[in-house]
Amino acid sequence: MSKNIRDKVAIVGVGACKFGENWDMSREDMIVEAAYEAYADAGIEDPQKQIEAVFCGAVYPNGGTGEVAEALKLFDRPISKLSNYCETGTDTFRYGVMCVAAGMYDTVLVVGFDKPKDRGVSGPSVSFDRVRGLPATPAGWFSLCAARYFQTFDAGREDLAKIAVKNHHNGTLAPKSMLKREITVDDVLNARIISWPFGLYDCAAQSDGAAAAVITRADLGRSFRDDPINVKAITIAVGANPQSDPNFDFLSWKPTQVAAKDAYRQAGITEPFRELDVCQVHDCFTLTEMLTYEDLGLCKKGEAKDFVASGVFELSGELPVNTDGGLKTFGHPTGATGVRMIYENTLQLRGQAGERQVKNAKLALSHNIGGAPQACGIAIIGHP
Amino acid sequence: MSGISAYGAYVPYTRLPLATIQGRPAKQGGPEKAVAYYDEDAVTMGVAAALDCLTGFDRNAVDGVIFASTSYAMAEKQGAALIAKALDLRRDVSTSDVAGSLRAGTNALRSAFDSVSAGSARNLLVIASDCRMGAPRGALESKLGDGAVAFLVSDSHAIATFEGSHSVANEIQDLWRIQNDPYTHTWEDRFVVTEGYTPVIVEGVLGLFEKLGLAPGDFTKAALYAPDARSLGGATRGIGLAKEQLQEPLFGKLGNTGCAFALMLFAHALETAKSGERILVASYGDGCDALSFQISEHIEKLGERRGMSGYLARRTAIKSYDTYLRSRSLDPKEWVAGGDPGLSATVRFRERDADLSFVGGKCTSCGQVHFPQPRVCYQCYAKDQWEPYRLSDKPGRLLAHTFDYFFPAPEPPAIMIMAEIDGCHVQIQLADARPEDAVLDLPVEFAFRKIHNAGGKANYFWKAVAAES
Repeated sequence: MSKNIRDKVAIVGVGACKFGENWDMSREDMIVEAAYEAYADAGIEDPQKQIEAVFCGAVYPNGGTGEVAEALKLFDRPISKLSNYCETGTDTFRYGVMCVAAGMYDTVLVVGFDKPKDRGVSGPSVSFDRVRGLPATPAGWFSLCAARYFQTFDAGREDLAKIAVKNHHNGTLAPKSMLKREITVDDVLNARIISWPFGLYDCAAQSDGAAAAVITRADLGRSFRDDPINVKAITIAVGANPQSDPNFDFLSWKPTQVAAKDAYRQAGITEPFRELDVCQVHDCFTLTEMLTYEDLGLCKKGEAKDFVASGVFELSGELPVNTDGGLKTFGHPTGATGVRMIYENTLQLRGQAGERQVKNAKLALSHNIGGAPQACGIAIIGHP
Repeated sequence: MSGISAYGAYVPYTRLPLATIQGRPAKQGGPEKAVAYYDEDAVTMGVAAALDCLTGFDRNAVDGVIFASTSYAMAEKQGAALIAKALDLRRDVSTSDVAGSLRAGTNALRSAFDSVSAGSARNLLVIASDCRMGAPRGALESKLGDGAVAFLVSDSHAIATFEGSHSVANEIQDLWRIQNDPYTHTWEDRFVVTEGYTPVIVEGVLGLFEKLGLAPGDFTKAALYAPDARSLGGATRGIGLAKEQLQEPLFGKLGNTGCAFALMLFAHALETAKSGERILVASYGDGCDALSFQISEHIEKLGERRGMSGYLARRTAIKSYDTYLRSRSLDPKEWVAGGDPGLSATVRFRERDADLSFVGGKCTSCGQVHFPQPRVCYQCYAKDQWEPYRLSDKPGRLLAHTFDYFFPAPEPPAIMIMAEIDGCHVQIQLADARPEDAVLDLPVEFAFRKIHNAGGKANYFWKAVAAES
């Protein structure tokens, strides 16, 4: 069981480059944009002196830590690079938080980035390095629960479509999002199928992007700015691959349930739906967001479609989810996504989220899952 | 006395109506040919026929495999060893390939009888499989079909006792395929029939009659190779057979399946053969092999199998000629991978039990079956407590599915399912199916199929297919 990390670490600066098909930006450009925005946000004028260590997360590049060190010219200090599927961003943040909480460093920079659009393929490539498990695409992996979930709980593609419509709307309100286009349920249902039940609009927008956060000891937070945001919980859980787990029930992603339980215990949350004010959850596919509502305990198993229909997760609802458009429209540069969620939640908690601002947000959750999926990371941040 | 103790056949599920080739709408019941679909080839069809043949037999009793084909993809690398692995046979089986002639199937069968008669093996599995291509819209394309047949040749319990054979070697360039050319070619039809097929098959069969002291009337059925219906008529008259003695040649249903053709007709004849009857088999290609078999009382005890009838009844028609071209990779592609070495040979080598034999592990500590076999058990966490567990012959059930529109397939989507097999969950494709066929809890069985051609080589694994009820 994890020890309590609540209120030991503060977020004092966040930044992100514009997400999208950044044909004219290199990884260096995106890392610099995100990090320097986070520096400015934290009031850091001399990163060479003030940033003691760096944790960076990315899935696609194999350039190592040197890539971030060279981009930011942060040398002669510890820099580590993390990769943990699509929850790389949250895990990278977790390492930074643990390092500060352990007293190793006072102020640390966390950078998540990825640039899939340099690979020359549109969407994930089909892998031919094996014969088993093909076709192998994320859409195919994440659709595994669909048929049985639909049958068990009398749900269908039209329930998923409402989630895409919501996230498309939210994305129009986020200046740095990739897609800014309202869509309808019919648009979703009539789009070409990628991997059933996922049509084009059920799938997240794979994009380039980078996001950064400056974190420091909680007691030093106010020396950077007068509205620091505290980390209340940070955890990850890795479970069995659902494609081979003999106990998998095709109704839920277990690592989310395990990580949520641990995160709520760390944060002292007993009624997540009531206590949380805003959430960013991993909506790589619409069904992922649907199952996540239940696996996070925001509603009971099987209730998600009714909650979706009632509008509680919309911006005007009781618990807005994916206020910036989520992976669906803000974009999903794998390593950046978890840090982008910290960025959005921090803006929401500070009241800086503009048109998409959730009123009186005090406690925010972000959730990433990755792999087949078998890894889940959850961060809960809030007012001190 | 050596003879055939079991037979099996395979006809691909997919048929190409001849009207579709000519760009006309296909009529129900119109002429068609069987085509190996994009995930099938001579090897996968051979495995399917062998599995049918071995129904109810102990695979460990098989001493050797002889694989006959003119269309096996590798010029250097044995097909029989691959097939033996897919069938999960004993490691000490003898394996050999016979190729190069449309007589390869009967050549293989003859040498199996010789081996068994000589006492060097007790049970030999002979497989003939062909998947020949005529050039698109050429004359041969409509005639050639794909299929496979398998026989277990044994020293006892023969359902069909081998009585003897006669061969003729004849040099003629009537039909040929040059290495690296995907297409079979032929000289002018009338030359082939007048100087090649008709006189040579008649000479072979009459030679057999003389050798064994038999006459046309001694045979209940004759399974004769023929390039087409018209030339079959000529050969029948030349041999002196009555029309009723001919095993139905399946023109317009199956097509000419090359070195498997006469033997597939033979397998079809065995389905209804009665004790005491006699069957003539004759193949043609660079000469002729003629063989005579007498049916024994053991045929009544042979267990149920799908055979030709079962597989002929199971069919779906390709909707368009373009789909056929895509299924054979004959369509132009935007992206052609160059210099791709393909799958790592070391990984393939390490994973051959899983990939080719579809063998997983059963935990001897808690009984959990797992595929592929891990080191540590998912259920009881015991380490290295495994016994091999073959999944290819076990029934499965569809747990989950998705339709993938991106995986290269002639008719997307590719159907990916999770199958439950004895408590083990396996991610696998569903073949010979349309999306509406994939329903939760569908009973499935497993077929050896080609997954892709990375590295220019056929790469195989198993797929699920709807179980025959």
